[in-house]
Amino acid sequence: MSRYASDFRGERHVFRDLADLLAKASPARSGDELAGLAAESDAQRVAARAALADLPLTRFLEEPLIPYEADEVTRLIMDSHDDAAFAPVRHLTVGGMRDWLLSYAATPQALAALAPGLTPEMVAAVSKLMRNQDLISVARRCRVVTAFRNTIGLEGRLGTRLQPNHPADDLRGIAAATLDGLLYGCGDAVIGINPATDNVPNCIALLEMLDGLRERHEIPTQTCVLTHVTNAIRIIERGAPVDLVFQSIAGTEAANAGFGVSLSVLREAQDAALALKRGTVGNNVMYFETGQGAALSANAHHGLDQQTVETRAYAVARAFSPLLVNTVVGFIGPEYLYDGKQIIRAGLEDHCCAKLLGVPMGVDVCYTNHAEADQDDMDTLMTLLAAAGTSFLITVPGADDVMLNYQSGSFHDALYLRSTFGLRAAPEFEAWLERMDMLDRQGRIKELAPQDGAMRRLLAGGVGGGG
Amino acid sequence: MLDFQLAHARARDAVHTPLDVEALKSALDGLPQVTVRSLAPDRATYLRRPDLGRSLDPDGLEQLPAGDWDLVLVLADGLSARAVQQHAPKLLRALMPKLSGWKVAPVVIATQGRVALGDEIGGALGANLCAVLIGERPGLSVADSLGVYLTYEPRPGRRDSERNCISNIHPAGGLSPEAAAAKLAWLMTEARHRRLTGVELKDDAPALDAAAPPVIEG
Repeated sequence: MSRYASDFRGERHVFRDLADLLAKASPARSGDELAGLAAESDAQRVAARAALADLPLTRFLEEPLIPYEADEVTRLIMDSHDDAAFAPVRHLTVGGMRDWLLSYAATPQALAALAPGLTPEMVAAVSKLMRNQDLISVARRCRVVTAFRNTIGLEGRLGTRLQPNHPADDLRGIAAATLDGLLYGCGDAVIGINPATDNVPNCIALLEMLDGLRERHEIPTQTCVLTHVTNAIRIIERGAPVDLVFQSIAGTEAANAGFGVSLSVLREAQDAALALKRGTVGNNVMYFETGQGAALSANAHHGLDQQTVETRAYAVARAFSPLLVNTVVGFIGPEYLYDGKQIIRAGLEDHCCAKLLGVPMGVDVCYTNHAEADQDDMDTLMTLLAAAGTSFLITVPGADDVMLNYQSGSFHDALYLRSTFGLRAAPEFEAWLERMDMLDRQGRIKELAPQDGAMRRLLAGGVGGGG
Repeated sequence: MLDFQLAHARARDAVHTPLDVEALKSALDGLPQVTVRSLAPDRATYLRRPDLGRSLDPDGLEQLPAGDWDLVLVLADGLSARAVQQHAPKLLRALMPKLSGWKVAPVVIATQGRVALGDEIGGALGANLCAVLIGERPGLSVADSLGVYLTYEPRPGRRDSERNCISNIHPAGGLSPEAAAAKLAWLMTEARHRRLTGVELKDDAPALDAAAPPVIEG
């Protein structure tokens, strides 16, 4: 069947089906090569893009990439598609959509109104025609605002997740890393621990310690222990202080089954967290992580390229009105994103595609030691993402996550981005920093000495109940 | 900044240092053992092709005696051969006395191996449980962290959510081999009793002496 053929500049290329066309049009990356889906030559990749550019957007509504009957994520995408919101761009091709996104017509208001009318496949397709600067320019105009105890995603703000992981879940070690981050003004998006264990009593001990610290210093932020969603439900049943429910998610029903979750268990967890009514300025109670390669690593990608199937995960995320979502872009390994170039490209794609779909996207700017990447690549990606208006970034002490064994952003990186781009923390959190006398007159984090008031107040609380 | 660069350089070196199989064999105190390898011929292929690291080289099949085994222990290099080299023998030394009455297959040493290679090994042996001791991806501060992945009824195609994991076994503030052995014995007993591993098997032992995975090393 030659439904998808390209005669671009006199060279003929034929593509098996819509999924094949999308995969061949995708920028080169190791995961698609691993899956046997990548373009066979650079010329074929450009030819695929030419064919994709001429495709009407409506084709993605007519031709699901994974059958409706076979996959609950497809059903979610199709059943929740908002035809009225789609109307302004219904007549466009994929190439026409790119032109429109880059035009003056694509204002923050127009993009927000359009989001429910876009499907992940449309967004993934158009991103394959976009250069890095397009991904930055478009994402910057998307505004996705969410709230719990503070407000995430406002213009001119850059949030940070403070990630105080410890290899043995030692409470004092975690508290020390948390205080370290707070003194750099980090932690407005969430103070979130990846526990070294899924052990329920241990997770409760971590939650109670974080909640005690937050209450003692009246910090307008939210805390989270990133354990499996079914554990979170148990932890809520046992009366522990859960602000946000976390889960890793992916873009197909089978890949989510690989994570041990389904849409119904996510709904159950969201309902349980909402019933606690712990939010003060908003009710976004979910926190998701995603990442290119997750579906392929579970052998649940249904022949889709990794960027397209990743974008479908954002449809799962937006169904649960999350406070935060982040791609763990360099974490999954070199078999999916081989080097700094691929990681940088994927980080910009994930951020832009999620924002177009109305998802509050942040990024774990990171790499592992078996990838061909280093700190210079991370500097480049975080700088580009700050320009693109990312909702938040992950920060760990010294850029070294001593539990997960990878390099992420550091507290210092957050200061670099804030000062270089004039970005600020979430307004409620910034007001707290001011109350704690941690900001100078320009709103910058002060250099504190051990005897300074803010330092003494924070450290006096110590760890554990009562302080 | 240069300390950071040195730590990164050392971690990258750890990824590329091969497992010394002969030294590992002699550190196992005479336990019965066999050696197999995955289909990944070298490190460069291993890093790009996890599918090959999960598949057994057919030459290894005849090494694996099918039987009525309760358990097989697989020692795989993973992303840090040093972790297996240094910590796996100690963990086995602490574990074996806790397994009286268990029918344990010969220890399988696997090179260029990933976690799911244990599914094929366990399947060939007909073992009820498979514990893969494998080198985790090296970090800046720790380049020799060992992880253990436990799978009930190991067969090709098992999902990651069907495993339990103990991670961060190393001397630099991580779990000790003795504590890991105690945790593993607890999980294995529960798994045998309840006939499953994975998200359905909750680690509900007292706080602060255990571990399960934030992410599974494919």
